Amino acid sequence: MSPGLYAVPGIVAVTLVTVATLAIGTWGLRFSRTTSDFFVASRTVRPRLNASAIGGEYLSAASFLGVAGLVLTFGADMLWYPVGWTAGYLVLLVLVAAPLRRSGAYTLPDFAEARLGSRSVRAVCSLIVVAIGWLYLLPQFQGAGLTLRSAIGAPTWLGPVIVALVVLANVTSGGMRSITFVQAFQYWLKLTALLVPAAVLLAVWAGDRATTTPSARPGDWSVPLATGGGGQGLYVTYSLIVATFLGTMGLPHVVVRFYTNPDGRAARRTTLVVLGLLGIFYLLPPVYGALGRIYAPELVASGRSDALVLELPRLMVPGLVGDLLTGLVTAGAFAAFLSTSSGLTIAVAGVLSQDVTGRTYGGTRLRGVTAFRLAAVVAVLVPAVAALAAPDLGVARAVGLAFAVAASTFCPLLLLGIWWRGLTDAGAIAGLFAGGLGSGAAVGWTLLSGQSTGWAAVLLEQPAAWSVPLAFVTMVLVSGLTRSRVPAHTGRFMVRLHTPEALELDRG
Amino acid sequence: MTEPSRPERVRVAGPARRRTPSARTRDIDAETRLGGMYMGSLLREQLRLALGVLGTLALTVGLLPLLFHLAPGLGTLHVLGLPLGWLLLGVLVYPLLVLLGWVYVRRAERNERHFADLMAGENR
Repeated sequence: MSPGLYAVPGIVAVTLVTVATLAIGTWGLRFSRTTSDFFVASRTVRPRLNASAIGGEYLSAASFLGVAGLVLTFGADMLWYPVGWTAGYLVLLVLVAAPLRRSGAYTLPDFAEARLGSRSVRAVCSLIVVAIGWLYLLPQFQGAGLTLRSAIGAPTWLGPVIVALVVLANVTSGGMRSITFVQAFQYWLKLTALLVPAAVLLAVWAGDRATTTPSARPGDWSVPLATGGGGQGLYVTYSLIVATFLGTMGLPHVVVRFYTNPDGRAARRTTLVVLGLLGIFYLLPPVYGALGRIYAPELVASGRSDALVLELPRLMVPGLVGDLLTGLVTAGAFAAFLSTSSGLTIAVAGVLSQDVTGRTYGGTRLRGVTAFRLAAVVAVLVPAVAALAAPDLGVARAVGLAFAVAASTFCPLLLLGIWWRGLTDAGAIAGLFAGGLGSGAAVGWTLLSGQSTGWAAVLLEQPAAWSVPLAFVTMVLVSGLTRSRVPAHTGRFMVRLHTPEALELDRG
Repeated sequence: MTEPSRPERVRVAGPARRRTPSARTRDIDAETRLGGMYMGSLLREQLRLALGVLGTLALTVGLLPLLFHLAPGLGTLHVLGLPLGWLLLGVLVYPLLVLLGWVYVRRAERNERHFADLMAGENR
């Protein structure tokens, strides 16, 4: 096949997804009127639509492309990633979902300020939200570049530019309301884009089964423990579990979605539907990983395992059907970049517009929506430029860092803030610094210094197992030492967090 | 010619809220010791439920790495044509998560109903 024809399915797929995204965003625009629409869709999104939107936003490039490639390369221990990304929602459901919605705050910094009555805690939280958001946006932009290069042979800079422009167009025009429709559409697109090819490929495999003998599998490919096993393998696996199970609740784009529910009960039901939607989706990437082991083992050797989902259809099914399936998975991958980037941009822009662009400067103050639009431009430009400047940073590692930092900072803040009356502003700040600096410095050091062996390297590569307890202990100890600083409204705030809205109570 | 009569302005209001100014909600509003006890009991119930669900998660999914560490032979075991680790982590864990979430939502809503009944003064 000539290079020109090879690129056709990918070009058509990317164009269709982009046009559909913009069209749905514009359609949703008709419903977007107020600042509240921009931030939280005026809190009227029903559980099923909201759950599809959360699923669409959450399933990023790491889920759509990364998991299959990791499973192909390393085997069953990589199954802990999708398991952790789903189980994180169960932890979120039982400890955080309803109280977070009932707190009535827009963003994580809002929650911290309302709960602890402190502008300083708010400032620290805003800083962490922006840091996590940019860390997570960077690999999305880079992944888009790699996908377009793999699918249509485009230069690496084209992907980040297209994603950044589409996200900006949607976010600045319609805000949260129109994005909700876009995200919901993209969940179902991503599910279809993995499900249909997987069904065809499994059928092909079943047909081939009589003629091909399964290649000999090394034993540890089926063991769900980090490579090498032993004490270090066990530590890495458990640390990954801690980071993903507890980190989900601290991701800014996940949390901001909970404010769009009508009430606490709806927030719980939404989360339950999300658990189901993620469970269905995550059945699929391992299928690609396992089939890749039989049909595309050469991708591992050439270091292109991330492209497995994109290349497997053509390797297994020649001709037009293979081209159509390739178009479908390319569309799904592109939807993954667009939806996750949009959600992260909304979250970062929400915080930036409240704490930076919405402030009064020299006597003038921007209107709510204008401040939000300006903030969205900043939120997209910084990671997009970084992705263009440093196109070969470790994609999976950056996402892993985001989870570890979220688990080490916002997880203790949310859990102690919701369930413990004794938390003080001083304790929260001390804990945020301990957890954030611990996890951030550890993974930053690993990224910069490269490979090394032994326990020290293992502890630094997967810091969550020690940095999360460190943050919890610091928050509790410092809060205990500053007991006089427990806010006077704590009791009233607990009433607001935990009582059903239908009850007539004074919620402060 | 007479001006067409303007339709009367209709005030649209939400559904009437359950107004239960019982002594018990006043206790909570005034933050009396008794009000604190009511709130404490709600918090304890919900936290106990949450920890129960998470404990179940820890004792099932959470023990899998340790299990495969202590009994490496499990890695070669095949069930229903799939390696055991794949079957557990690739398939079975997801229905378990949804089931745990479903049980939690039911019980959390029941706890809240009981609390609302308590506030309304219905003793059970």
